[in-house]
Amino acid sequence: MNAIDEAHVLLADQVTKRFGGLIAVNKIDFTIPTQSIVSLIGPNGAGKTTFFNIIAGIYDPTAGRIEFGGETKIARSKRAWLEPLLWLIVPAILAVITIVLGTSGAPETVIAIGLFVTIITLLAVLVTGVARPPWYQRMLTRAGIFRSARPNDMVVAGLGRTFQNIRLFANMTAMENVLVGMHARMKASWLDALLSTPADRREEVSARVRARELLELVGLKGVDDELAKNLPYGDQRRLEIARALASNPTLLLLDEPTAGMNPRETQQLTDLISRLRRDLGLTILLIEHDMRVVMGISDRVTVLDHGEKIAEGTPDEVRRDPKVIEAYLGAPAV
Amino acid sequence: MSAGQRALRPRFERVRAGRSRIRDLSEQHRSATIFIGMLIVTLLMIYLPKYPPFNGILREQSWFDAFANAGVYVLLAMGLNVVVGLAGLLDLGYAAFFAIGAYTYAYSNSPYSGLDLPFLPMLVIGAAVAAVFGIALGAPTLRLRGDYLAIMTLGFGEIVPIVFLNLENWTQGTNGIGGIFRPEELPGIGRFGALTPFAYFILMAGIVTIAMVFLYRLQDSRVGRAWNAIREDELAAAANGINTVTTKLLAFALGATTAGLAGVFSASKLTIVSPDQFYFTVSFTVLAMVILGGMGNIWGVAAGAFVVFMIQTVALKQLNTIKEGFHLQPLDLGPIHWDLAKIDFTSYQFLLYGVALVAMMLLRPEGLFPSQRRRRELHIADEMLADHLVDEAPVVIDEAAVASSLGETPGADETFDGTTRGDEPGGDR
Repeated sequence: MNAIDEAHVLLADQVTKRFGGLIAVNKIDFTIPTQSIVSLIGPNGAGKTTFFNIIAGIYDPTAGRIEFGGETKIARSKRAWLEPLLWLIVPAILAVITIVLGTSGAPETVIAIGLFVTIITLLAVLVTGVARPPWYQRMLTRAGIFRSARPNDMVVAGLGRTFQNIRLFANMTAMENVLVGMHARMKASWLDALLSTPADRREEVSARVRARELLELVGLKGVDDELAKNLPYGDQRRLEIARALASNPTLLLLDEPTAGMNPRETQQLTDLISRLRRDLGLTILLIEHDMRVVMGISDRVTVLDHGEKIAEGTPDEVRRDPKVIEAYLGAPAV
Repeated sequence: MSAGQRALRPRFERVRAGRSRIRDLSEQHRSATIFIGMLIVTLLMIYLPKYPPFNGILREQSWFDAFANAGVYVLLAMGLNVVVGLAGLLDLGYAAFFAIGAYTYAYSNSPYSGLDLPFLPMLVIGAAVAAVFGIALGAPTLRLRGDYLAIMTLGFGEIVPIVFLNLENWTQGTNGIGGIFRPEELPGIGRFGALTPFAYFILMAGIVTIAMVFLYRLQDSRVGRAWNAIREDELAAAANGINTVTTKLLAFALGATTAGLAGVFSASKLTIVSPDQFYFTVSFTVLAMVILGGMGNIWGVAAGAFVVFMIQTVALKQLNTIKEGFHLQPLDLGPIHWDLAKIDFTSYQFLLYGVALVAMMLLRPEGLFPSQRRRRELHIADEMLADHLVDEAPVVIDEAAVASSLGETPGADETFDGTTRGDEPGGDR
């Protein structure tokens, strides 16, 4: 498989993840067509969530790469050892200049200024290296250094996710949870906040309006000031989806969104997912155990077992695949 | 509900409505509220020492001196609160940044270095230098979590005073740098002097007010929310687009900045800096103040620091005076000989901290003046109970849900938005 084309948002190429001796994900090729709903199914321990976490930037893969939004975002790091050396180049040059000045009998103030500039440069480089702004990453790519994207980089690139075991900010209100989700799309820096600039205040107001819209979109009304942990279980699931939507993602990863829900709530959530695709033009990747949900809304289904992809296709194709039946029910059932 | 309770209800409601209106107003005009509040507090501090019983305890100028010294700890506590209370990073070496600010001022304004730089710019520079060290320490280490970060900050807090102690050629070791010049006279508040601490006090009130305005603004901003999210769940925060490393670094640097500011002020007031002013006891004292005051609540932490400092410097001495008034006889019980007259309450300071912390954790773990958030975290059980008592929602049996859970398909007219929270059958917590 080569470069990603217009029709796909995400492409996984021979992705492998090893934990010690265990191969959790083994050489998986995978694409997600734009504006489709793709499901990832498989028995427990098949490597679904691991694969999910690789896509979300939480684990670095042992081998293979993931392309998202037109560029390779996730792969094993390449020449990463070079990066700290690059940090040192500029400060080292400054230090050498200072030392040369010192030995050639320059006045003390000049040496002091030289030292000062060196230290400040070192710090600036260090902070840049830690923060890794986009221009810095582009510079690294040009130098042939590759570092896998971190979760927050993937969010900036347009990926939103929910967790299998709900991970809301339990002691923040529903509204605050959604506002945190907007973090990557807001621009106000800490200096804007200190000075309370008009731009900062405007942004804050419009963020709240948008957050309220999102809460209503997922069906949460009048719970803005309710603590996340006080919400009923089904509402927590929906709030997590609202939070993931807040970063305006192009690809939404949902990890078992209907786990622990009753049939009615499951039905409502299924409707919501198809509505998200239709109204917001989202692409959705889903891990799910409830076969009624999977077969009902998926365009394509991929089946994993023991870290390997054993089947892929439309829901009907997958349902009839003998390998899938074997994986779920055991060999004698075939 | 009895008839008496029923009659009381409207008044409670009115009081409650009034309080919530005031709260809304103060939240909408937060900076103005802080200015007015601090103005009232400052005026009280100026006028109360003139009247009994306060004028009997200390002379007026001594009160101002104590207030100014308390201000240093108020600043320190508010700065540490950003790191510990807002971002949830346990920093046990906070005094290091205090030391760096103080030594920066000592270098810029003392016979030892021969420099005499203006005070107000030095406040900013001292804070900036401390921030630089905060970043230098934080950048490589803030990937650590919880206990590991605490141990590392503990190490840093030990290193800094020891470095100042052992670099004798530059810092005069144990003797410290003395004879630091006092700030030049500022218009309107008079001279800064050992006998005229009023100027220090007013300046400190100004600094605390500005710091408080800034910190409240940060807390309510995008950055403040990000800190909170990191404190709650770092992985989820990262998965929601927060750059956890830079956000934590910012908290660390801002905490260091505040400590640097306090350091400059403290050095200019004491006119001497020496390593023993910055040992672990200072970090511990400030942390205890933050915990006692109410971690996460900015004004609570400030008030807590003020109260603790005043108890430690004024109340304990006062206890000594009261005790002397009793002319206690030595207690002689055979082998036990206890000279009550010789008890010095001021030396029991850390014992009191210990007792206060233990008692606080058992009785009121959220602190004296907790933030709403902390209280909700720690007392959720009571609150949920109260909620249930207030709005006993009628139980609605949802026929569609029952039907669907029995295997039938849900009703076709059912819409997603058509449900309200009250009738969620799956709403178990």
